[in-house]
Amino acid sequence: MGLLSLELRGRVVSKGRGVGEALVSKKPLSFFGGVNPKTGLVIEEGHSLKGYSVKGKVLVLPRGKGSTVGSWVLYELSINGLAPSAIINLEADPIVAVGAIIAGIPLVDKLNVDPFEVIENGDMIEVMAEGRVGVVRVHKGG
Amino acid sequence: MYLTKDEEALLRGEEGEAKRLAMEILVALGDIYGAERMVKVDSVHISGTSYTSCGDAGIHFLSRLVRSGAKLAVPSTLNPVSIPLNRWRELGFPERLAAKQLEILSLYKLMGAAGGYTCHPYLVGNVPRYGSHISWAESSAIVYANSMLGARTNREGGIGALASALVGLTPLYGYHLAENRRATVKVEVEAELIDALDYSLLGYAIGELIIDGVPLIAGLPSQAGLDELKAMGASMATSGSIALFHALNLTPEAGLMKDEGLPKLTIDSSMLKQVREKLSSNGGLTVDCVALGCPHLSLSELKRIASFLEGRKVKEGVRLWLFTSEGIKRLGEEAGYVDIIEAAGGRILTGGCVVHTPLEEIGVEVLATNSAKAAHYCLSLHEVKVCIGSLKECLEAALTGRWVY
Repeated sequence: MGLLSLELRGRVVSKGRGVGEALVSKKPLSFFGGVNPKTGLVIEEGHSLKGYSVKGKVLVLPRGKGSTVGSWVLYELSINGLAPSAIINLEADPIVAVGAIIAGIPLVDKLNVDPFEVIENGDMIEVMAEGRVGVVRVHKGG
Repeated sequence: MYLTKDEEALLRGEEGEAKRLAMEILVALGDIYGAERMVKVDSVHISGTSYTSCGDAGIHFLSRLVRSGAKLAVPSTLNPVSIPLNRWRELGFPERLAAKQLEILSLYKLMGAAGGYTCHPYLVGNVPRYGSHISWAESSAIVYANSMLGARTNREGGIGALASALVGLTPLYGYHLAENRRATVKVEVEAELIDALDYSLLGYAIGELIIDGVPLIAGLPSQAGLDELKAMGASMATSGSIALFHALNLTPEAGLMKDEGLPKLTIDSSMLKQVREKLSSNGGLTVDCVALGCPHLSLSELKRIASFLEGRKVKEGVRLWLFTSEGIKRLGEEAGYVDIIEAAGGRILTGGCVVHTPLEEIGVEVLATNSAKAAHYCLSLHEVKVCIGSLKECLEAALTGRWVY
């Protein structure tokens, strides 16, 4: 896939497998009011991801924030075929965790390496969240 | 976290997909919060039941659970919804909203939910005992159960509470553990507290200052009753995210608390006045809706309203909406309060919630209430002007259509 591959390990919060291009932000994202569930676009004013689509992406975020309605937004994205293919958090929060589980989106957190140090926008990421330990493969320059 | 053999089996899906999904949610929450194990719950209260909260995603998800044969394992009540169930048509609530809302309720019913459609489940049959582990959503009910009843719940979201209802478990962490129920700050109340409104403003001031600690409150009058403390707790959980308070000589765990070494703060009347000014428009407005019952009205509140309204008439064109549960309304009918209120032009609404009401679509422009919680959310979620006053001030506004305070 690219020039360099890295393998990271983390905690499985929501099970599953997903592959996609990395979409990275060091700023937490509120799915409720921050992502349009009918288009998949980030709409939060002033957010570095504003205007990007989350569809099929591997989102790399510190954590979620905001209203518990955010769980339903993740679920609605998945019914509409607009869900991210996986989520990587520094530390998962309950709103995104519950949303990811009901929507079937794999979510891993607490990686052994700071994901912001090694993952950049556009890297191709594979997330294998099965069992208790999740594996994240990073293909640079993908 | 540690799981028993039976819990592991649930997580593997041996008792069906709904219970597997519920366990996955609860294990994830337990891991996030550092729970060592699960604990059995004997009471659940589920929020997020209104169509305006969960939307079509909620209907899709609940339908999926119902198709997989999901049944709730624990007696579970439901929060209020977007429409008053007893008279949404008469009051002009949108048909489409009502159809979606009723679909959600029928899905919960198929899973064996007990209904209730109220934020005061503790008044209508869902009454946990002191020290019991429960899984409740709805911030005002959580603070009541923890503080007034001494039951133990975290601040659950609607989906987490539903997961608990499906398997009868919750992760053991946070307010389930005695060490996390200790007071973190002492609050000395020097404000004059007369009406339930004063308690509502006091709770709001405490929540703003403390945000998410456990206050030990001193200086409340010994006659502070259920209505006053229900109002105070709801406000604390609105301006802050407080889930538990202790009030000296009034709540069951307060006597166990030590106040040595706690940071102290004092609340006086001027601070309550500031909250009132922040949440309320000035006088001189024409009021078209007076909404009482946030949290839902108790039997004693219905009695007070009936006593005030007896022999009087609500002004033509002003809506006097009194939100409560079907259970409390029945008691009020037996007692004769409901007839008096309705004869005066008041409308008792069951199962609804002023905050979740589509106020703009119904044509409400200026809303009066005695609840800091209702005022806070109506200001942030709706395009309406809000007036906050005592029960008596609100009822007078219903008779005159004017806000003069």
